[in-house]
Amino acid sequence: MDDRDLQYQKYKAILVNYLEEQSEQTLYKGQQFSRKMIEQKISPEEAVSLHVSVLEELFPDIPEPLKNSYDFLLEMMIGYGFAYREHQSLRSRQQQLESEIEIAANMQQTLLAGDKPEVPSLEIGAISKPAQKMSGDYYHFVQDENDCVSVAIADVIGKGIPAALCMSMIKYTMDSAPEQRMQPGAVLENLNRVVEQNVDPNMFITMFYGLYDPRVHSFYYAGAGHEPGFFYDSQKDEFEELFTRGLVLGVSKKTSYQEYQRVLNGNDMVIMLSDGVTECRSTNGFIERDEIVALIRKYIHLSAQEIVEEVYRELERLQEFELRDDFTLVILRREV
Amino acid sequence: MNIQSCVEVRNEWDIVKARQSGRNIAKELGFGTVDQARITTAISELARNIYLYAGSGEVAIERVENGGKLGLKIEASDSGPGIKDIRKVMEDGFTTSGGLGAGLPGVKRLMDEFTIDSKENEGTVITSIKWLR
Repeated sequence: MDDRDLQYQKYKAILVNYLEEQSEQTLYKGQQFSRKMIEQKISPEEAVSLHVSVLEELFPDIPEPLKNSYDFLLEMMIGYGFAYREHQSLRSRQQQLESEIEIAANMQQTLLAGDKPEVPSLEIGAISKPAQKMSGDYYHFVQDENDCVSVAIADVIGKGIPAALCMSMIKYTMDSAPEQRMQPGAVLENLNRVVEQNVDPNMFITMFYGLYDPRVHSFYYAGAGHEPGFFYDSQKDEFEELFTRGLVLGVSKKTSYQEYQRVLNGNDMVIMLSDGVTECRSTNGFIERDEIVALIRKYIHLSAQEIVEEVYRELERLQEFELRDDFTLVILRREV
Repeated sequence: MNIQSCVEVRNEWDIVKARQSGRNIAKELGFGTVDQARITTAISELARNIYLYAGSGEVAIERVENGGKLGLKIEASDSGPGIKDIRKVMEDGFTTSGGLGAGLPGVKRLMDEFTIDSKENEGTVITSIKWLR
């Protein structure tokens, strides 16, 4: 007996059973059988045809009009079969796309995951979570032979794959001009040129770039329209905004970026973030920057890495575990 | 045995004619009711494409044999505007919303073999076969 016969016999048995007594149990069996049929890729028109042929065997004297009506039903179901098969084919294509994106996302992770530098007297915490599979946020650390640590945070306006592609470009540009690393303003000017030349005019990138020199305990930085970070003054126990002046990357060919400097005393912190942090939305509306500060303060006794993780955890919970934008938070703290 | 038919397609009635002769031939060749309905739907779609996009053309249906296998072959041809991007029309989801009905990928799935040949401004020939199991 081949599959088809077996299917026929099984269907017939269940149907006969149901015709004898209309029990819920038999209907349940029918439901399970239909699931099996779907697994075996039986299309709707085949299911109808199966039913009709069983009926014809059970009731050889089916009235002619009724018999004809089944032919009509079969014709109707062909259209549904069409839609069903298209759905299946689209589904397998979606699976294929998803696995491709998965691979790309893994590639991106290896590209981005710059090792967190180990520098005496400086504690670093960093977290970056994509809203979708691929991130349009970027952060990267570089440590040079003098233990100077540079940190870049960028946010491509937009999400997903286009943003991620654009972001790889930032990474390559940064890697190709190592001699500029000590001058935050020049780094951004160079990037601005590259972005302006290569990126679609309606795509923008905001960026914050800073460099910490442990020999003089100074943090030099510049920003290109990026969400302002915070500076924590431990002596005053106060958070201030890290204001920067500078246009978003890619808007105008000739833009200069002002450079700023802060001296870090023991326990002072520099906090950098992407707008995915401040644009977290809870049921009560946007989360205010004050609330971010309050969250950091709440965990200030922990290590820098623990702080960023705890802040992320709380904001994730506030948004009911649904990130709307890529989320990046970096903290540098001078150890005492 | 030499079964064949050729229907000129100029209006919607001709679509029905093409369907009818396809169904008759499918029945004669011994196709079951489900396959008959599938073949007819495929013919219907191809004839409708001719009517909608080329204005006129023809649908030829014939019996084919290959290594003891028996089958039904549909050949739909027209000298219409042709298809610019064949890959695109063979993509799922491309034509369904545009009113083409099931679209060519759907026809391809209903049948066993499917070839399409089209040149811009010259026309389109679609050949499709269903084998008798």
